[in-house]
Amino acid sequence: MTTENKPQEGQERIGVYVCHCGSNIAGMVDVEHVAKWAGEELKDRGVVVARDYKFMCSSLGQELIENDIKELGLTRVLVAACSPHLHEQTFRTASARAGLNPYLTELVSIREQVSWVHTDKQAATAKSKAVISGGVERVIHHEPLEPLVVPIHEATLVVGGGIAGIQAALELADAGYPVYMVEREPSIGGHMAQFDKTFPTLDCAACILTPRMVSVGMHPNIKLFTWSEVTKVDGYVGNFTVTIRKKARYVNEELCTGCGICQEKCPKKVIDEIYEAGLGYRKAVYTPFPQAVPKFPVIDRPNCTYFQKGTCKACEKFCPTNAIDFTQEDEYITVEVGNIILATGYDLFDARRVTQYGYGRLANVFTSIEFERLSNAAGPTNGEIVLRDGVTKPDAVGIIHCVGSRDRNFNNYCSVICCMQGLKFAHLVHERTGATVYNFYIDMRTAYKAYDEFYQRVLEEGTLFVRGKVAEVTDAARLPGEEGKLIIQVEDTLAGIQRRIPVDMVILSAGLEPRRDAKEVAKLFGISCSADGWFIEKHPKLDPVATMTEGIFIAGCVQGPKDIPSSVAQGAAASARVLGRIRQGHIELEPVRASVDEAKCSGCRICNNLCPFNAIIFHEDRMVTEINPALCQGCGTCVAACPAGAISGTVFSNEQIFAQIDGLLGLTLEHAFS
Amino acid sequence: MTTNGKPKFAMYWAASCGGCEIAVLNIGEKILDVDANFEVAFWPVAMDAKYKDVEAMEDGAILLTLFNGGIRNEENAEIARLLRRKSQILVAFGSCACEGCIPGLANLSKPQDVLDTVYSTVSTDNPNAVRPQYHYQMPEGVIHIPTFYPVLKTLDQVVDVDYYMPGCPPESHQIAAVIDLVIKVLHGEAQLPAKGATIGAGNSTVCDDCPRARNVKLIKKFVRIQDVPELDPHLCLLEQGVPCNGPATRNGCGALCPQAGAQCIGCYGPAEGVIDYGARLITAFASVIDSNDPAEIERILDGIPDPAGQFYRFNLAGSLLRAAKPAWQGKL
Ligand SMILES: Cc1cc2nc3c(=O)[nH]c(=O)nc-3n(C[C@H](O)[C@H](O)[C@H](O)COP(=O)(O)OP(=O)(O)OC[C@H]3O[C@@H](n4cnc5c(N)ncnc54)[C@H](O)[C@@H]3O)c2cc1C
Ligand code: SF4
Ligand code: SF4
Ligand code: SF4
Ligand code: SF4
Repeated sequence: MTTENKPQEGQERIGVYVCHCGSNIAGMVDVEHVAKWAGEELKDRGVVVARDYKFMCSSLGQELIENDIKELGLTRVLVAACSPHLHEQTFRTASARAGLNPYLTELVSIREQVSWVHTDKQAATAKSKAVISGGVERVIHHEPLEPLVVPIHEATLVVGGGIAGIQAALELADAGYPVYMVEREPSIGGHMAQFDKTFPTLDCAACILTPRMVSVGMHPNIKLFTWSEVTKVDGYVGNFTVTIRKKARYVNEELCTGCGICQEKCPKKVIDEIYEAGLGYRKAVYTPFPQAVPKFPVIDRPNCTYFQKGTCKACEKFCPTNAIDFTQEDEYITVEVGNIILATGYDLFDARRVTQYGYGRLANVFTSIEFERLSNAAGPTNGEIVLRDGVTKPDAVGIIHCVGSRDRNFNNYCSVICCMQGLKFAHLVHERTGATVYNFYIDMRTAYKAYDEFYQRVLEEGTLFVRGKVAEVTDAARLPGEEGKLIIQVEDTLAGIQRRIPVDMVILSAGLEPRRDAKEVAKLFGISCSADGWFIEKHPKLDPVATMTEGIFIAGCVQGPKDIPSSVAQGAAASARVLGRIRQGHIELEPVRASVDEAKCSGCRICNNLCPFNAIIFHEDRMVTEINPALCQGCGTCVAACPAGAISGTVFSNEQIFAQIDGLLGLTLEHAFS
Repeated sequence: MTTNGKPKFAMYWAASCGGCEIAVLNIGEKILDVDANFEVAFWPVAMDAKYKDVEAMEDGAILLTLFNGGIRNEENAEIARLLRRKSQILVAFGSCACEGCIPGLANLSKPQDVLDTVYSTVSTDNPNAVRPQYHYQMPEGVIHIPTFYPVLKTLDQVVDVDYYMPGCPPESHQIAAVIDLVIKVLHGEAQLPAKGATIGAGNSTVCDDCPRARNVKLIKKFVRIQDVPELDPHLCLLEQGVPCNGPATRNGCGALCPQAGAQCIGCYGPAEGVIDYGARLITAFASVIDSNDPAEIERILDGIPDPAGQFYRFNLAGSLLRAAKPAWQGKL
C-alpha cells in the first residue's frame, strides 16, 4: 500500500515506512491501514509518501527508502518497525547511501512497544498511529549531524586473569597487539587453578591451565599486573585512560628469582581462605600455589609478624637475592588503552545461607570448592578424600545439587555447571574411596558435548540418583544405623516417598554468584548489571560479549554462570571483537552529545558530579560549566539534572522531545487516532 | 490611538494580592515618565474607571496593558478577554498572571473546600452561615456575581499573551527598565523583543547573581532554615542543607533572598525554556543527594517538609500538573 502526496512549500518532505516484520507486527497491527492513514492524515505534516513492506530491513526494503529519497527528494525518513537498538543503524546507513544525512532518519518501535505487548488489534493499530505521529513530529526537528571520528588505541586492558581473561589476552597478544592484564590476586589462574580434574573429559586442570598461565607471564606483548586493581577509568572507546593500583608486594620483582626460601623460612602460618578454601595453610609471605604466575610471592601485611610486631624479617635474612623490601608502597600506574575486556568471574554462593544443610555447623558438610581442594593431588590432603578429621575415609557420600540455585529464597537462575560438577565429584569419590555415592538433584542438566555421556558413565559406575530437593541435613539420629551419621532428609519424587539417607560426608554443589563487588566494578567501567548482578551483554543472542558501553567487553562468568569451554569461547570472542576494532584504526562515535549554553549556566554546580564519563568540567574563574564533547556519551543525565535548562542534548533536544509528545497525543492532528 | 496625543496605558488586577501595583508605584519618580509619555486609560487601583469605558474604546486602542493576577472567576476572564481585544501589547505582569503564584496553590484543593475554608472555619466569624450566591433576588431585580472557577488559570491559559514579566512582585528597578524600554520603542530608539519573550528578568538563574561560594554538590540532608543553628554566611545554602530554589529560578531579582540569608523560594519562576519548574527542581535536588541507600535517600527527602510548597509554590497553575485531580474536576 502506498500513498504519495504533494508537499507544501517550505515543509520537510517526509517518507514513512511501516514494517510488517513478517507476522511479528502485522499479526497485531493492521500495518496496511496504518501506512494508508499516515499517507492521508499526516499529509499536512509533510508526509509525502507512506509505504508498508514485509521486511523493511531486507535489502529490498532498504532499497524502497533509497529510491524514494532519490526520486521524491525526501528530506526526512521515519521507519516504524522494531527497536532502534536493532535496526536504527541499518536505516540510517540506507539513507546515507542515498545521500541523506543519516541523522535525518528516525526509527520508532511498533514491535517491542506495540505488537509484542498488546492483545487488542484495534487498540494496537491506533497506538501505532500515535507512535508514528510522534515520530513524524520529532523527525521534523532533526538536524544533520556528522559522526565524531576518533582514533583507536591499539592496547587492550584485560581485567581478571581467570581462564576467560587468559584466553582473551593470549589471542590479542598473539595477534601482535599489546595487552595489560590486571589480576587482583597474587597469581592469575582464577577458579580453574583450584580444581583437580575438569568435566567431562577429566583432564587435569593444572596440566591444561598452567601452560597458558606461563604463556601469559612470558608473552612479550602482555604486561601483567597481579596483586593489582583498577581504580579509575577515564575516557571512551578507543581512548581510555586507566589507573591501576599495584599493591605493595614487599618483594622486588627485579631481584626475586622465585626460589621460595622466604616462604619456607617465614614462621607465620595463615589459614588460606582463598586458594585452599580454608582447608590448608600458607605463610605470611606466599604464592598461592607452586605454579603461580608470576612466581613472585607477596607479603600479606596484616598477617606479617614484622609489620605487626616490628621484629622478624626472617624472609629478608634468608632471601639469597635481597629481594624482600619492606619499604615498598602501593604504586599507581596509568595506561592508555583502546578497549577493555572484563573477565572477573564469579564468587561461590555462600552455603551457610541454606541453614538447613548445616554448612559451618556440621563438620562433615563440605562446599564444592572445598571438595575440589580435597580431591586435588596438590591440595591439603594430597588428594585423599577424607572427613574433616583429616584421616577417616567416608563410606557413604551425599552430593546435593542446586544449592542456592533455582531456589526462590536465593537465586532463581540455574548455575549451569553444578550438575556436571556433582557428577564429576561422584566419579572422583568412587574412584578414590569406593564409597557409596548419592546424588540429590531436581533436574539433571547435562547439555553440551559429551556431557550426557559422562552422566551415563557415572550411572554405570553405580552412583545412586535421588530426584528431589533435600529438605534437611541433620546429625539428629532417629532410626537404627543413623547414629554418628549425617542424615539427608529428602522426598524421593520418583518413588513418591520420604527418605532418610545416612551418609558420612555431604558435598554441597553451591551455585555461582556475581562477584560481591560486581556492582562497584560495573559502575567503575560504566556498564550495567542485571538485578542479580551479572554484567549485561549488548544483545543476549547476537552480541553476547559486547556491552552497551562502547569499547567495554565481557567474557566468562562475569556475564553469567558457564563452564570452562564457554568461558574460553567468550574470551576468544571478546578478543575477536576487539581485534576488529583495532584493525579499523578509528571509530565513528554517535554525535549524540550534550552541551552547555554558557549564557544560561548559573554555575550552580548541580551537574558537576553527575557525569558517569567525567565529561563535565567547571571553570572556577568564569563560574560556568562546560562539557567535553569527546568524553560525553550523550547519556542525558546532566541534561535532566540542570535546573536552569542550560544543557541540551543533540537528537534529544527539548524541542524534539516535546514535539514527539505533541505528536503522540495527537495534538498536531485534526482527528483522534482510532 | 490617542486622545491627547499620548499612547494609552492600562493596568488591571485580577486574582492577586495588590503587591504588583505597589511595586509599580514603588518605581519612584519614574512614574512621572509614565505620566509624561502615556495617558493612563484604565487602572482601577489608581483611578476611577468603568468597564464600559474600556468596552467603548476601539480594538487595539490601548498600547500597553500590564495585567496582574490569575484568572480565578468569570469576571477575571471577561476582563482579560476585553483587555486583550483593546490592547496592542498585553503583558502578563507578575507571578500570578505568569504562572498562578500563591492563589494557584488553591488548585490543590476542591473548590468546595476553598469556600469552606473561607466561610466556615473556626477563625471565620460567620454567624448566619452566609455563602455567596451566584444569583440573588433583590427588590430591584436579580443580581449576579461572577462564577468561581474550579481552578485558577494563568493569563495565557485564557488569552494570548505578548510578554511575560515574572516576580512576586516584579522588582521595581526591572519595572522601571521595562518602562524605559517601551518609551525608547515609542521614540524609535529601540525594538521590542520577540513576542512571547520574558522581559524584566535575566536569562540565567538566581545562583548566577548569588555571591555565595559553591562546590560540587553532595547533599546529605535537607533542613529547614530555622533549624540550622549557625548558617555559614558565605557558603551556598543548598550545600548547607537548606533547600534553596536558586538553581532553578530565573534571575532578575538580584539574588535578594540568599544575600539576606534566606533561601530563594522561586518567585521569579522557571528559567528560559523550562516547562515545569517543579519537575526540574526535583530532578536537580534528587541528582545531588549523596547516597545510594534507598532508606537513607528516603530519610534525606523527608527533610523537605512541604514538597508542594517547596517545588510548586509559585508555579503550580502554570506547571504541567496544573492542579490536583479533584480540583481539576471540581464543579460548582
Ligand atoms: C566447584 C566448581 C567446579 C567446577 N568444575 C568445572 C569443570 O570441571 N569443568 C568446567 O568446564 N567448569 C567447571 N567449573 C566452572 C569454572 O570454574 C568456570 O567456568 C571458570 O572458572 C570461569 O572462568 P572465569 O575466567 O570466567 O572466572 P574466574 O575463574 O572466576 O576468574 C576470574 C578472575 O578474575 C579475578 N578478579 C575478580 N575480580 C577482579 C577485579 N575486580 N580486578 C581484578 N581481578 C579480578 C579473580 O581473582 C580471578 O582470577 C566449576 C566451578 C565450580 C564452582
Ligand atoms: S617478615 Fe613477615 S613475611 Fe617475612 S618471614 Fe617474617 S612474618 Fe614472614
Ligand atoms: S546544572 Fe546547569 S546551571 Fe548548574 S552548573 Fe550545571 S550547567 Fe550550569
Ligand atoms: S549527557 Fe551529560 S552526564 Fe551524560 S555523558 Fe554527556 S556530559 Fe556526561
Ligand atoms: S544559596 Fe541558593 S541561590 Fe545561592 S548559590 Fe546556593 S543554591 Fe544558588
